[in-house]
Amino acid sequence: MSNTRQADTASPWRAPLLFLILAALFFAEGTFRNALFSGSWNTALAILNMGLISAVMALGVNMQWGYAGLFNAGVVGFLALGGLAPVLVSTAPVEGAWQAGGPRVILALLVGLGTLVLAALVWKRLRGAMRVPALLAVLVLGFILYRFLFDPAVIAIEANNSASAGNIGGLGWPILLSWPVGALFAAAAAWGVGKVALGLRSDYLAIATLGIGEIIVAVMRNEEWLSRGVKNVSGLPRPVPYELELQNSADFVARAANWGMDPATASGIWVKLLYAGLFTAVLLLLILLAELALKSPWGRMMRAIRDNETAAAAMGKDVTRRHLQIFVIGSAVIGLAGAMMITLDGLLSPNSFNPLRYTFLIWVMVIVGGSGNNWGAVLGAILIWFLWIKAEVWGPELMRLITAPMPDGSLRNHLLGSAPHMRFIALGLVLLLVLRFAPRGLVPEK
Amino acid sequence: MEILNALVTLMNFVVLPAASYGAQLALGALGVTLIYGILRFSNFAHGDTMALGTALVILVTWGMQALGIGLGPLPTALLALPFGIALTAAFVLGTDRVVYRFYRRKRSEPIILVMASVGVMFITNGLTRLIIGVDEIRFDDGARFLFTVRDFREWSGLAEGMSLRVSQLLTLLVTALCCWALFRFLGRSRAGKAMRAYSDNEDLALLSGIDPERVVRLTWIIASALVVIAGTLYGLDKSFKAFNYFQILLPIFAAAIVGGLGNPLGAVAGGFIVAFSEVAVTYPWKKVAEYLGFQPQELLQLLSTEYKFAVSFTILIVVLLFRPTGLFRGKSV
Repeated sequence: MSNTRQADTASPWRAPLLFLILAALFFAEGTFRNALFSGSWNTALAILNMGLISAVMALGVNMQWGYAGLFNAGVVGFLALGGLAPVLVSTAPVEGAWQAGGPRVILALLVGLGTLVLAALVWKRLRGAMRVPALLAVLVLGFILYRFLFDPAVIAIEANNSASAGNIGGLGWPILLSWPVGALFAAAAAWGVGKVALGLRSDYLAIATLGIGEIIVAVMRNEEWLSRGVKNVSGLPRPVPYELELQNSADFVARAANWGMDPATASGIWVKLLYAGLFTAVLLLLILLAELALKSPWGRMMRAIRDNETAAAAMGKDVTRRHLQIFVIGSAVIGLAGAMMITLDGLLSPNSFNPLRYTFLIWVMVIVGGSGNNWGAVLGAILIWFLWIKAEVWGPELMRLITAPMPDGSLRNHLLGSAPHMRFIALGLVLLLVLRFAPRGLVPEK
Repeated sequence: MEILNALVTLMNFVVLPAASYGAQLALGALGVTLIYGILRFSNFAHGDTMALGTALVILVTWGMQALGIGLGPLPTALLALPFGIALTAAFVLGTDRVVYRFYRRKRSEPIILVMASVGVMFITNGLTRLIIGVDEIRFDDGARFLFTVRDFREWSGLAEGMSLRVSQLLTLLVTALCCWALFRFLGRSRAGKAMRAYSDNEDLALLSGIDPERVVRLTWIIASALVVIAGTLYGLDKSFKAFNYFQILLPIFAAAIVGGLGNPLGAVAGGFIVAFSEVAVTYPWKKVAEYLGFQPQELLQLLSTEYKFAVSFTILIVVLLFRPTGLFRGKSV
């Protein structure tokens, strides 16, 4: 990597200028109504909000890739785990679910975890001929006990009011509390994967994380007692007021009239602005922490390891341990973003976690923005998210323009119909072009 | 009799499906392992190359069906296969020329090449969607079965039956043929020896006058031929759906790593190991147990089928923990 990071200093105006262009894009989206832009501030702010969350995800990936050169191909899994937190922490408790099998499920999970720990201990402590049989015995017995405890409890919970609940429910705590919990969930999973796959060849981490990503999403999709699976969990509590509440408040209606807006539009914009403020606060806090960490001795050590592992190891740095540390921290940030995203949506829909959208798109954001630079990652995230959303509109428009001279027929219809798929090609092209011609991204690392 | 019934059930639901699935994985893993051995990176675009190649085969198949060309009892796709391979190989060579060669010359770190392969994956995925869409497609024609469950029951007089689908038999035969040809090529021919030499020690191979670009080209062509065959057989056996082909990347990687990345024989063994464990763990063993004289209360299914990827993942983790170079000693840790 050292050969791609030789610093030829970029203009200090570059980042502010790019952020200005980004702001202009959002302004255009909010004000002009034509073939390119929607002219609705509601739409513009909705894109911005998801852009801010993408920026948090990109920060997490940037920590792993930009600071340490670790390729996490399972972003979607850590995101989904983070998204589980609002459901478990903040939804109202489900009547009867806990009595039906709550303690038993927890006991089963503890037994499962204990089996793994015991197996690890057996492997570490025992030597000689008994090692493998003892390990197998622990695993088999543990698995049988786990299933014995787990299955009836799950059946009982899922049978409990299965039409509208059928899940374990939440604790009913404030939703903002679920954000750090989401980060913790993701961090725990990252620790497990990192422990196994780090310290080996760099591709192995990529493949292992690809696997854990798929498995976490599969768990969310199938464990109805936990996440209601394909039945989705909706109606999560919100940290901001509901639009309807605002529209019913005489005070707000009067203020909206003052601004010259109808209450429906104004309430939508106000709610989105509140969300945007919340997300920006989190984002800025994270950037502050990340920048402080990067400038500290710890940050210098991280970059030293990234740029030359052998030299850093020779200096007595424990490369694998540091990698594990940064991998866990980065995944925690991704988990936090997952919890924020589910809070914004107010809905957990396990089927929507698509790796192309939530792993590789985030990667494009980081690479385009400038790996190793936090502001770059943020810029890349919001910009790419904006383009990703608008490409859905622009793609078919462009295709219509290209195919205009063609006679009406099945080929033209086919091309028009598949125009939305052009997004993938465009994204791949952007990734390859940036990787090749501007490997340091739009806002290079200092 | 009971034992025979148990055996037939086992054959029908475990051995035959796992064997054909394993053969398909083996062909895919061979491609991954060859690319790893020669180009020294894990190709994330492999699953989508498989999808694109199969999509092209399907298109040619449709063309042939429209022209009334067929193979009688055998699926027309077999006839379309060479065209699909040629087109896919041309595309893959194009990506090598435009994308990978630059990093190879610069001797970039493998992880940069992995990243580039993610870009190629996106483009290939988009192309597949553009060409054939995201829907599930069945393109098997000709005879479905060599013999059906009913035929077998009437013939043997057993309570249980088994069937042999044409696609299963084809998969096994074609895979055996491919492996035989590949190992013969690697072991005997000049070009194959050059490939092995290059894989073992790049610098030494260069000194001996081996043209690296030729070796790389050959590798891409062989890998794409194998992966298109794997994709077509998988599509004939189950059905074609672009997203499933992306997901099959994980078992393919698991198979290649279990066997030891860079080791072709290991890739074949790995494919079967992954497939048999996947099917064995997700199969409900109740019926077999009953024939063997047990009276189980439950289905005896270790994991539900939705978690089949967890099996390849677990195998992957176990191998990484205990033997990171794979069972057959692959190239590097």
